Amino acid sequence: MKTDRFQHPDHYLIDELLTEEHKLIRDSVREWVKRELSPIIEDYAQRAEFPRHILRGLGEIGAFGPSLPAEYGCGGLDQISYGLIMQELERCDSGIRSTASVQGSLVMFPIYAYGSEEQKRRFLPKLAGGELMGCFGLTEPDFGSNPGGMITNYRDRGNHYVLNGAKMWISNAPFADIAIVWAKNEEGRIHGLIVERGMEGFTTPETHNKWSLRASATGELVFDDVKVPKANLLPGVSGLKGPMSCLDSARYGIAWGAVGAAMDCYDSALNYARERIQFDKPIAAFQLTQKKLAEMVTEITKAQLMNWRLGVLKNEGRATTAQISMAKRNNVEIALRIAREARQIHGGMGITGEYPIMRHMMNLESVVTYEGTHDIHLLITGMDITGIAAFR
Amino acid sequence: MNIMVCLSQVPDTTTRIVFTADGKSLDKSGVQFIINPYDELALTKALELNEALGSGSVTVVHVGRADSESNLRKAMAIGADKAIRVDADATDSIQVARELKAVATKGNYDLILCGRESIDYNGGVVGGLLAELLGLPLINIMTSMSSNGKDAEVSFDVDGGRAFAQVSHPFVATCQKELTEPRIPNMRGIMMARTKPLEVVSAETDSGPTQVSRFDLPPAKSGCRFVDPADMDQLVTLLHEQSKVI
Repeated sequence: MKTDRFQHPDHYLIDELLTEEHKLIRDSVREWVKRELSPIIEDYAQRAEFPRHILRGLGEIGAFGPSLPAEYGCGGLDQISYGLIMQELERCDSGIRSTASVQGSLVMFPIYAYGSEEQKRRFLPKLAGGELMGCFGLTEPDFGSNPGGMITNYRDRGNHYVLNGAKMWISNAPFADIAIVWAKNEEGRIHGLIVERGMEGFTTPETHNKWSLRASATGELVFDDVKVPKANLLPGVSGLKGPMSCLDSARYGIAWGAVGAAMDCYDSALNYARERIQFDKPIAAFQLTQKKLAEMVTEITKAQLMNWRLGVLKNEGRATTAQISMAKRNNVEIALRIAREARQIHGGMGITGEYPIMRHMMNLESVVTYEGTHDIHLLITGMDITGIAAFR
Repeated sequence: MNIMVCLSQVPDTTTRIVFTADGKSLDKSGVQFIINPYDELALTKALELNEALGSGSVTVVHVGRADSESNLRKAMAIGADKAIRVDADATDSIQVARELKAVATKGNYDLILCGRESIDYNGGVVGGLLAELLGLPLINIMTSMSSNGKDAEVSFDVDGGRAFAQVSHPFVATCQKELTEPRIPNMRGIMMARTKPLEVVSAETDSGPTQVSRFDLPPAKSGCRFVDPADMDQLVTLLHEQSKVI
């Protein structure tokens, strides 16, 4: 792997819209990524292994729940800071960003938003530091885009609940210490439970042979009469809005992260096009290469502006689910297209591990599907503008 | 220990250097300035020394204008307790050293650390000038240091080798690469930096005695030319007639 000399494109001087602290956070995470992650990521992806030794470092740089309050050991930063951290992590690898997204948005956020004070004090500081890791169980083998149909359920047995069912496609599952599991009670209402590793009947088999997110650990959550203490129920929410609000937060992070992956592909393609000589001149001198590069930077610029505006709305508490859907869908799509075009510019070299392109491209094939598929997000926009849901 | 770290900012190492139309100064438009990497080592070493002793304070001191404050904030995010900015354009080494001396004499510092040089003008003399102005010993191009707060064990580069010495505080040292690894600000540090004091003090003088007449860029590198190893005559001819080095 070559030395990581990434520089982000800023065609519209969007840096001027950021505060000095935003830039310090972004540059610090980028520096950390270049020092700690870039030299190893290709190797871990090739071996399909998650680099667990980086978890404490991720905690220190603020990757886990940075926008949650400082009183729980978190960063107390704004939503743009959170977005920039996700952008820098995914600039390196979507799998690493996934780990951070899950921990921050899908584990820490519901504990913060819907947990008891005792649950917040017990779990949040350790999750923020990477001492404890979590995962999020919503998707089931037969219920992906339609999570409301879930089968996983728990029953009240007096002084505890008994949980049964299975979840799949769960990032962080193989090593997570806790799982936020969404399950139905006797009345069919969805609630969140904190399931802890070591509880009898709870297993987390790993999903092998992935061609995507290879540097991220994915698995299943299997519950076979798991006794869950009543103190582990998230008391503050009931119904599908619980998990959906978590996904809003995670999808917002993905919208920023995908731009990170896109910028990495563009930066690599631009440098390669300047250096690669064919017919006695750099391939950047050919119109077809310039077309590709110019379209890439145009799409990146639009996505950067979209993220910034969404961040401002989120800071003001005004970002809607539909707005977040649009950004997630658009930015992942342009990232995928940019990865494919960048691969072409790199020629044959683009398929090797010498360059990050193919790894990003394969990762993004997961990102375009998870956290709401590409098509479902389009239908969310459709519902938003017509008032009619086309997916029910 | 009460440690002062002298900190300058320099153009990012990836900057394409362009001068203003009159050739007298760097065209700063679009240039990103970073903490001089050797000064970053000095800062990290200062933090490590105090961590080993269990207490102390680190003050970063900079001669420059308000546009450098983001780097001073970064220094405090890395761990400095306080920053002092001397409000002046840094024009030459002796001016910077005099301004640093003015701050140092008010601070009762046990140790003053500088980078071995800044990576823009590469003068490498501010540390030495400062030591002289303060009448303190100088450890130049320091490669290692440990201290009990009163006396320090140090090593430093000398021509063709390395020297090892003991020195009593206070003293001035300039920091070399292998002294330590620079730290990256973490989230806690960034949050704490928000409330740390950044003091701005007036300069003693407006500018230094040196004035630049003109900067020239080095001549562009010519391409590499291959010569058949069997044809030594051609090599000699090229070196003699074209490169004019023999």
